[in-house]
Amino acid sequence: MAKEYETVIGLEVHVELATKTKIFCGCSTAFGGSPNSHTCPVCTGMPGSLPVLNKQVVEYAAAVGLATNCTITQNCKFDRKNYFYPDNPQNYQISQLYLPICRNGHVDIELEDGTTKQIRIHEIHMEEDAGKLVHDEWDDVSYVDYNRSGVPLIEIVSEPDMRSAEEVIAYLDKLRLIIQYLGASDCKLQEGSMRADVNLSVREAGSEAFGTRTETKNLNSFSAIARAIEAEKNRQIDLIESGEAVVQETRRWDDNKEYSYAMRSKEDAQDYRYFPDPDLVPVHISDAWLEEIRSRQPEFKTEKMARYKEEFGIPDYDIGILTDSKKLADLFEATTAICSQPKKVSNWLMGETMRILKEKEMEPEDITFSPENLAKLIGLVEAGTINGSVAKEIFEKIFDEDINPEQYVEEHGLKQVNDEGALRATIEEVIAANPQSVEDYRNGKEKAIGFLVGQTMKAMKGKANPGMVNQILKELL
Amino acid sequence: MANVISDETIEYVGILAKLELSDEEKEAAKKDMASMLDHIDKLNELDTTGVEPMSHVFPVENVMREDVVTNGDGSEATLANAPERKEDAFVVPKTVD
Amino acid sequence: MSLLELTAVELAKEIKAGKTTAVEAMKAVLEQIEKTEETYHCYITIDKEKAMQAAKEAQEKIEAGTLTGPLAGVPVAIKDNLCTKGVVTTCASKILENFVPQYDAEAVVKLQEAGAVMIGKTNMDEFAMGSTTETSAYGVTKNPRNPEHVPGGSSGGSAAAVAADECFFALGSDTGGSIRQPASYCGVVGMKPTYGTVSRYGLVAYGSSLDQIGPLCKDVTDCATIMEVIASHDLKDSTSVERKDTDFTSALVDDVKGMRIGIPKDYFGEGLDPDVKASVLNAVEVLKAKGAIVEEFDLSLVEYAIPTYYTIAAAEASSNLERFDGVKYGYRAKDYEGLHNMYKKTRSEGFGPEVKRRIMLGSFVLSSGYYDAYYLKALRVKALIKKAFDEAFAKYDVIIGPAAPTTAPKLGSSLSDPIKMYLSDIYTISVNLAGLPGMTVPCGTDKNGLPVGMQLIGNCFEEKKLIQTAYTYEQSRKEN
Repeated sequence: MAKEYETVIGLEVHVELATKTKIFCGCSTAFGGSPNSHTCPVCTGMPGSLPVLNKQVVEYAAAVGLATNCTITQNCKFDRKNYFYPDNPQNYQISQLYLPICRNGHVDIELEDGTTKQIRIHEIHMEEDAGKLVHDEWDDVSYVDYNRSGVPLIEIVSEPDMRSAEEVIAYLDKLRLIIQYLGASDCKLQEGSMRADVNLSVREAGSEAFGTRTETKNLNSFSAIARAIEAEKNRQIDLIESGEAVVQETRRWDDNKEYSYAMRSKEDAQDYRYFPDPDLVPVHISDAWLEEIRSRQPEFKTEKMARYKEEFGIPDYDIGILTDSKKLADLFEATTAICSQPKKVSNWLMGETMRILKEKEMEPEDITFSPENLAKLIGLVEAGTINGSVAKEIFEKIFDEDINPEQYVEEHGLKQVNDEGALRATIEEVIAANPQSVEDYRNGKEKAIGFLVGQTMKAMKGKANPGMVNQILKELL
Repeated sequence: MANVISDETIEYVGILAKLELSDEEKEAAKKDMASMLDHIDKLNELDTTGVEPMSHVFPVENVMREDVVTNGDGSEATLANAPERKEDAFVVPKTVD
Repeated sequence: MSLLELTAVELAKEIKAGKTTAVEAMKAVLEQIEKTEETYHCYITIDKEKAMQAAKEAQEKIEAGTLTGPLAGVPVAIKDNLCTKGVVTTCASKILENFVPQYDAEAVVKLQEAGAVMIGKTNMDEFAMGSTTETSAYGVTKNPRNPEHVPGGSSGGSAAAVAADECFFALGSDTGGSIRQPASYCGVVGMKPTYGTVSRYGLVAYGSSLDQIGPLCKDVTDCATIMEVIASHDLKDSTSVERKDTDFTSALVDDVKGMRIGIPKDYFGEGLDPDVKASVLNAVEVLKAKGAIVEEFDLSLVEYAIPTYYTIAAAEASSNLERFDGVKYGYRAKDYEGLHNMYKKTRSEGFGPEVKRRIMLGSFVLSSGYYDAYYLKALRVKALIKKAFDEAFAKYDVIIGPAAPTTAPKLGSSLSDPIKMYLSDIYTISVNLAGLPGMTVPCGTDKNGLPVGMQLIGNCFEEKKLIQTAYTYEQSRKEN
């Protein structure tokens, strides 16, 4: 009889912080730019260069720690992690091992069956990112670009508290939301501003002891994470069932092949020789500084949901979706503040906005349009200046280019036609041209009126007031 | 108390330090390291119980910069000494198999 | 009187007074180099045209009144582990044979702002690892006082250049005695300031927690003047200290009345050359005669300083020198198969034996299973050593002893036994561990005519007491 196995998962999540400059130098963290353009002696490991810590990195890291119920290490230090690789210009990474900035935290995750579960956070530490390697397709060479070298990261290390891909994804989602709310990162898995390494082991159900774990890297989406967890679980169970041992190792996931392979080399001793970096001095986060950081903490999802219910009276479902993204929530509040139409704003965000995001495979964080222009659009509809279908067309323009809808309506002559005489004349023409439909309607085919409305709208280039068209049609028929 | 450094240790440290020693150098390194460790072992004569390891001599802390961009395009200076470069990137032996 | 006999400060005054020019001074130095450099080999790189051009420009500014500093127009030599923009900086290593920094070390910037004019880059032990300047990949430097002997190290080129009048003053760096010991061997003045006083930005790191830049020069007045120029609070160096008391020339006072001088008995025991001992104790007598209160005491822990130092310095060096890998700058091996082989060949061919020895030791003491036993233990002993000095400075203003156990050894006699070579740093090393200022002043010669240096050690940030004591001693020697 087959044995029952339990999967035990811990996560190491790297998050790129949204600072303007790198962690130890004044180079920009902006994306783009030609290779090595955002570099200086410090982030390229030039002889004689020295690091100086970016204060904002400490504040973001501490803020994430506070939001995840961590204890802040008020006297923390940086250590060097020594290993040779060309993307690491000094051949040591400045990180934190002995005194990481945050420890012993937890977040609660909500599962599909409605239960909640606590996932403990072992520590959060600050460190520098590596550069980028691009491999030549033909030659046996790689190209090194240090633009990302020295971009600040926090690494959030969980305890092995997760048991399934669902829990892992719920945990990542929770972290993502917290960090986005803090403005500490945009947390995009695809773009690498959030990266998760999965530590996984299996054990017989009911066993207390942990099995040997592996670490799987290169997971660029929630679905890749789910697939990699399933594959690694099965691989380990197969090994155990066939009497072989699981080897503690780092594995790289290939999402195209849906397979992971061991990143093994006899040249990698995995002995990082950590020691305190003598070039950096300790960071002391005084009570006053910590209070200052605490006082700047934003309103998180739970509080926001309660307030929305109280303040805006929109449906719980809407509230849930809107507060699931800092960007959407901010946009909702800013737009509502201008037009005082919370339900209308919510409808635009829940409906058209989400539809376009899905169609374009974008995240809410990618939205670029302004609350001002959405508010103006809502105002135009409310005033009857444009009709609903024109509004949807214009919204697409707003979504893409953040155009001013008032100006656009003016320039393109899109104002709704409310002139009864003009409408009546057009409808009479439509009735004359479509005797069959008129007949059908009169014979009781209610639906036929829809066709006649459509023809009228078409004739008036979509600008007719649909309510009036219906009313006049019924009257004339 | 004399330390004896094995071939394996020298091999291992060579991997960590990315140094490839000739057989002759290895023998010398074994001898040197052993005698230096013997010398360092002298520190065990001192009772350091309760003594905090001292990294920095002075209690300096919180040396930080504001998050303001101060550097412009540094690519030419960065690449000026490259042993091998292609356009704006350094060239290294391929890092994946 | 030849220009070359002037001190840096005297020369600057003559230039300022229009009695000579920066160009004349540079010419005189380059002529001297022409005569003696072949014998002494103080420099790795000299660009005569560049030096002359820089001297011309300095002179123009002096005449225009825009350059008025106390070192304006004075030719200076820079140790080759300080980055100099556009001038090859090798650290006396093959691995940096072609490295041209794109920026200047902060200390070099400070000198330039003060109007000093660079002659070239001086020889040293490879990556400052050595006590004789014999580990240089570019040949040995000879002691101008007797060319059969070493100049000391690692700042041997800088010390020798001062002694040979191949410059008016020089910058060196001191991790375990690398300024004070060669100053002693070559009979010049040298100072290692309190850790954090001179910015390390642009100094190619050896042991980051121990490294300090300082002057090698002809007398105490020059030393105080140069210190005043190069001391700075640099925001690019996190370990740089903000000090308000860097007016070092204000301590050029001929008076030691009431100055409490401690003589550590541990510095005068076994292994100390009798001639060195006699010279240093003679100098102490001079200070006593001038009113200083002299007392012997037990400093303790002296014999533990060397193993502590070699553990910490080697560990830091093993990490600091990882960046030399053939990827971004410097030497890359010609034939290799794949990345790791490229690393290994580059580093094995690029580093000399002493550097490899320390990298291996440093990698070992940090490796898994040994970190606590070796590295942390050394950091704990360092705390004890610091405490011993704190206790001493509760009683004394200045500690005086020899800078080295002997005068300069003969060329080729030191490298074979590393422990023996490391022992020559026994009196200087603990000063770096405790971050203290230390200074060497010539105080006589041995029976062979080789110079002996007296080392003065002060409490943190108390360079002025060293300068005042050294100045008083120097004045009395001039009188006699």
